[in-house]
Amino acid sequence: MDGGAIAAGIPFFGTLDWDFIAENTPVFIEAAGVTLNISFWGIVFSLLLGLVCAMILELRIPVARQITLAYIEISRGTPLLIQLFLIFFGLPKLGIRWSPELSAIIGLTFLGGSYMCEAIRAGLESVGSIQYESAQVLGMGRLQTMRFIVIPQAISTSLPGIVANVIFLIKESSVVSGIALADLMYQAKDLIGMTYDTAETLLLLVITYAVILLPISIIGTILERRFDYARR
Amino acid sequence: MTDTQLDTSTKDTASPKESGVVLETRGLVKRFGTNTVLDGIDLTVHRGEAVVVVGPSGCGKSTLLRCIVGLEQLDGGQVLLDGEVVSGEGASVRSKETRQRVGMVFQSYDLFPNKTVLGNVMLAPLKVQKRDKTKVMAQAEQLLRRIGLWDKRDVYPSTLSGGQKQRIAIVRALMMNPDVMLFDEITAALDPEMVHEVLQVVVELADGGLTMVVVTHEMRFAEALADRIILLDAGHVVEESSNPSQFFSNPQTQRAKDFLRSFEFERSRENE
Amino acid sequence: MPGAEILLEPGNITRLLGGLWVTLQIGLISIALSIPLGIIVGMLMTLKNIVVKIIMRIYLDFIRIMPQLVLLYIVFFGLATGTGLNFDGITSSVIVFTLWGAAELGDLVRGSLESIPKSQYESAQVLGFSRFQTFAHVVLPQAVRRLVPPSVNLATRMVKTTSLCMLIGVVEVIRVGQQIIDFYRFQYPTGALWIYGAIFILYFLICFPLSLASRGLEKRFAK
Repeated sequence: MDGGAIAAGIPFFGTLDWDFIAENTPVFIEAAGVTLNISFWGIVFSLLLGLVCAMILELRIPVARQITLAYIEISRGTPLLIQLFLIFFGLPKLGIRWSPELSAIIGLTFLGGSYMCEAIRAGLESVGSIQYESAQVLGMGRLQTMRFIVIPQAISTSLPGIVANVIFLIKESSVVSGIALADLMYQAKDLIGMTYDTAETLLLLVITYAVILLPISIIGTILERRFDYARR
Repeated sequence: MTDTQLDTSTKDTASPKESGVVLETRGLVKRFGTNTVLDGIDLTVHRGEAVVVVGPSGCGKSTLLRCIVGLEQLDGGQVLLDGEVVSGEGASVRSKETRQRVGMVFQSYDLFPNKTVLGNVMLAPLKVQKRDKTKVMAQAEQLLRRIGLWDKRDVYPSTLSGGQKQRIAIVRALMMNPDVMLFDEITAALDPEMVHEVLQVVVELADGGLTMVVVTHEMRFAEALADRIILLDAGHVVEESSNPSQFFSNPQTQRAKDFLRSFEFERSRENE
Repeated sequence: MPGAEILLEPGNITRLLGGLWVTLQIGLISIALSIPLGIIVGMLMTLKNIVVKIIMRIYLDFIRIMPQLVLLYIVFFGLATGTGLNFDGITSSVIVFTLWGAAELGDLVRGSLESIPKSQYESAQVLGFSRFQTFAHVVLPQAVRRLVPPSVNLATRMVKTTSLCMLIGVVEVIRVGQQIIDFYRFQYPTGALWIYGAIFILYFLICFPLSLASRGLEKRFAK
């Protein structure tokens, strides 16, 4: 490894087995693919679920509203790992059998939906009531008002919250190793168990997560600043 | 409220210092970066005197008060209280205590939002001066009754109007029994209909013999209040007069004429 | 429904609750340690010193960006190789959750300290308050009001996240659940549904009141 020669001069890095790192980098890239794949779909469906929930709450649809509120409390009041266990190990006993991947995506969606709902609602609430009234005066229906007037304005306010949730969900996806999905955590534990090259494995793990999450986090910070300026 | 004057202190008003100098600034200089905001201000305030400082925005009026009270570090000159240097060259460590004898009220009142009205006015006498609680309570009651807000003693500031908050901020400062009070554009953030109730309190305090330095944009108020008036511009004292009505009707300097004319213009616009 | 009786088998609920208690203890100890550390971290974050600022920034960002499970791995698997120190699962968990809690709480403390307007410091100063008195009588009481609701929220997240301890082999509620499911595998084939369902509800019963409390406090302090 090229970097190895330089890094070897620094204590800690000097003691690392760079051949091991080079050899196992592809393993981590593949595992990152699993993490990203599950996270991606989990995030997409969370956004959809969150949007639906936000609409139901915002439009005050009876019954559906109570169900949504109950769902949000349950989703936020329980750990993802338990949600996954219930979905993957528990539901088959009722005849509902999903693959680990699908279970993971459903679990992430169940968790993420309530968080996305909150971020979207924060945006919706930032739109002043005068906007609703103006749309009403123009003869728009409630759904039309939402679609053409409120949502476009709300998105910019929601964005920092949504980005924060994206980071949150990618991080949370680390527990899918608990239902035997070969994601980053699973591979890391596997390698530590097999080789005892703990430091190298953990370094690869940290770097891989940093490579995935740092850019998103930086985007989030920029969005937040821009949003702060817009509010001033 | 007009004939009962605010008894502001437990001080012996017949002290021998009666007509002495309470507050003095000598060659006060304050810079922000390369911008010299105050450029050698000499100011003398006698006991019982109401000095009003006027001037265009950014002339350094507020900075002057902030320097006197110790919120800003001086870049030159001194601030003296009762002849003791409290800020600038030669200030002793003890000067911090002396400086507590100067009270200040800000434009933005800044009551403590987590304390009731009574909590606001009693906090500093109890915690800073460590005075006896029953005596502090008695003084708070007396002062709050005088400004007509005793029945608001248990409410939180957020439920009060701007004028009420500002009057309480004045009481909060008075509770420390200051030798000098500084008022920094205390009506600038108020709705017009609330300005009067606040200025009324200040006028009564002045009539009661409280020493004060007042920065204001309210020219009619300045004229009614001032024993002495000072026009500040670009960090310098441009004109000083012990005869306010003469200052307003027939200023001596061209700069003062220009300044007052801008107010005449505003006043005529108000009347339109 | 068939199989629900697994919960009524003598000792099962008690064992589950015992496991939950281990979980809660890890959470509570971490929260208790996070509070003083978080306040110190928060005050350090408001310092102007550039070195302190950079160190705090790196600390906060690293903790924030890494999944808690990665942090657990680093302490549980990594510290043993790196330093020769060997922590058991519970100690590792407490270390990680405390480091995490202190960072997050520190950021909340920083935010609430910075949200107190400068004019509040100044009006306290002209009333003669010392720096310490200003902090104790004026700044802190106001900061706490803003701080409490999100801190309760953080506590809820910490309790929820204790479920991860199972993945580094700490015997707590999920582990106990798995043991029960295993033991009754043939007697109650649907055991997994009931046991995981029960754990699910137990976690909810802890977190829901905390969430209610957080919202109630937020409303009360919003005044």
